[in-house]
Amino acid sequence: MTRWTLTDWQFIGFENYITFLSEPSLNIGFRNTIIYAVLTCGLKVIFGFLLGTFLCTNIKTKDYLRSVVFFPNLLSTIAVGVAFGSMMHPSQGLINKALAAVGIIGPDWLGNTKLALLSVIFVDVWKGVGVATVIFIAGIMSIPQQYYEALMIDGGGSFEKFWHITLPLSRPAMNSVIILALIGGLRSFDLIWTMTKGGPGFTTDLIASIIYKQYAAGFYGLSTAGNVILFIIVSIIAFPLYRFLTKSEVDL
Amino acid sequence: MVQSYRSSNKTIYKEDACMSKTRKKIKKMVALISCVAMLIAVFPGCANQKTAAPDKNAPAQSDGTQNQTPAAPDKKVTLTLLIGNQTTLDGLKGVMEAIEKKYNIATEIELRPGGAEGDNVVKTRLATGDMADLCFYNSGSLFQVLNPEQNFVDLTNEPFMSNVLDFFKSTVSANEKVYGIPANTVMSGGWLYNKKVYAELGLSVPKTWDELLANCEKIKGAGKTAVIGSYKDDWTSQLILLADYFNVQAQVPNFAADYTANKAKFATTPAALRGFEKLYEINKKGYMNKDFLATTYDAALKMLAEGTGVHYPMLSTSVSNIEANFPDKVNDIGFFAQPGDSADKNGLTVWTPEGIYISKNSKNIEAAKKWAEFFVSQEGIAAYVSKQKPGGPFAIKGATLPDDVFPAVKDVIQYFDAGNTAPALEFLSPIKGPNLPQICVEVGSGLKAPSVAAQEYDRDVEKQAKQLGFPGW
Repeated sequence: MTRWTLTDWQFIGFENYITFLSEPSLNIGFRNTIIYAVLTCGLKVIFGFLLGTFLCTNIKTKDYLRSVVFFPNLLSTIAVGVAFGSMMHPSQGLINKALAAVGIIGPDWLGNTKLALLSVIFVDVWKGVGVATVIFIAGIMSIPQQYYEALMIDGGGSFEKFWHITLPLSRPAMNSVIILALIGGLRSFDLIWTMTKGGPGFTTDLIASIIYKQYAAGFYGLSTAGNVILFIIVSIIAFPLYRFLTKSEVDL
Repeated sequence: MVQSYRSSNKTIYKEDACMSKTRKKIKKMVALISCVAMLIAVFPGCANQKTAAPDKNAPAQSDGTQNQTPAAPDKKVTLTLLIGNQTTLDGLKGVMEAIEKKYNIATEIELRPGGAEGDNVVKTRLATGDMADLCFYNSGSLFQVLNPEQNFVDLTNEPFMSNVLDFFKSTVSANEKVYGIPANTVMSGGWLYNKKVYAELGLSVPKTWDELLANCEKIKGAGKTAVIGSYKDDWTSQLILLADYFNVQAQVPNFAADYTANKAKFATTPAALRGFEKLYEINKKGYMNKDFLATTYDAALKMLAEGTGVHYPMLSTSVSNIEANFPDKVNDIGFFAQPGDSADKNGLTVWTPEGIYISKNSKNIEAAKKWAEFFVSQEGIAAYVSKQKPGGPFAIKGATLPDDVFPAVKDVIQYFDAGNTAPALEFLSPIKGPNLPQICVEVGSGLKAPSVAAQEYDRDVEKQAKQLGFPGW
């Protein structure tokens, strides 16, 4: 509502909000943030669930694989961002060198404007899928064994097991993952900042990184307005979604 | 049997209940104690800070008595200096050693990141009153944002300020009070080029933009990168636009004043728009290295030194960095000003050096003033030059450059001697949009047409002017 420095302020009504919503370098963040949140959330749910089911079956290296899946989550996001940033370098990066070894010319992962956001999303999923998997494992393990036994007596196979028991009964776990991943995606900042700083140009700017840049430029009023907008968006998306998800849960 | 079993079971339950009660009590106690412990840990944290300053000096007193030199005051003072980590420190360190010898004032360097992140560190530390004694920071528009009147010591009436050249003073002043000393040599924005490759290909230094493009075409034909882009460090993308300012003011002399007063715009001033167009053209003609979006400043300097890249639009002071990393290659590097459209108006856009400012919250203001006095004296310059070859002229009266400066610096000095220089826009006007690096990246990678980008930048500028409350916006 105001334009302020640390010592002085002036009331300007809604102008900060209007500026934030009308400027292209500011509102590109809305589209990117939604894409980022939905894609990271969706991919985390899918991969997390598949990995979770897989890691609940009777395989010998189960414990080892579980820790492998969870491992990226132990790393600091900044470290992951910096490491992937250099691995995705178009000519000296590890990824493209590996691709070149098998004869594929890799794209410029973080420089290509169409690809940059997807590259960051990929890294976010790689890092975050561990938590999703752990939540799914917990959810799947809590499904009583009797249901499976009943299904086996009725003559169901492993696909029916998965489709009719595991999937519907791990809904509570799935809901937690969806909500956590979505909110995490909406307010994500550290990874994008270390990998692209919102660049090239503004193509990978998220709301959070835009707010940070406004703050960095000394526009405290504008960045405050941005944070309020971010809060409202997260609430608008998260609360109804949460209610919808909890309503459609199946009781054990 | 069953009964006895049950009763014994009951007693066990009772005991359990008892246990859980005492446990709860213990838990409560632990929680309480840990809370208290945390609070206690926080408070002395504050208290310590207050007592820390005299403590620091306590052991120094004994040092002072051991020190026999008469010039040194009996107390050793340690000043802190906050500085960006991309700055070359050799010259500064030379001066610091000399100061420590003469006045017994030691200087401790605190590093901060460069670029926007560094700005934040500086602003945050100023806002929280936690600034180091000496602050090394840009002059001109960026300095204006720091609220100098509140944060820094006024140096206007210090006798040593008469050593500092007036054009520098104007860039570190607010409300006609001067706050800083020149921390570095004067920088120039233009094109660094590899002389060896120029000689191999038989090229000559371009005087017009078209000649420059013709040179680039030949270099491209020879299979080398004509223009190095290092947009991973996005501040480097602005150089072509900013270094074009000499050409802007040659055509529109009062652009800076009009621009500050919200009368002239980039998008509507053709001479100013040319800067964006030049940036766009370099990319469209394919003169840049392929991975320019992933190349860093350091990698770019490496390309230039090794001759795989031939031109690098950059600040002249970068030759010091080249010398630090490739001492045998630095003599291959030359420098020319960004050419304009006609050959007779060819001149250099100059960046005034960063300043060193004294924090108002410093406990050693007197020592810091002594430090500053030495820094701008001829002795100080001698100490600087002994450790680092200057990257350009000093902003200090009577300072002469040694004869063995780098070839690129010699190229720079020619423009100064001929009087063909103009300060960059950011030193003439407090207005500079914060999104310029990103916008330049967009233009320089062909994502946005120059005219669109100029409009967007004008809006960005407007936003800054409004947010910071400049008059006339």
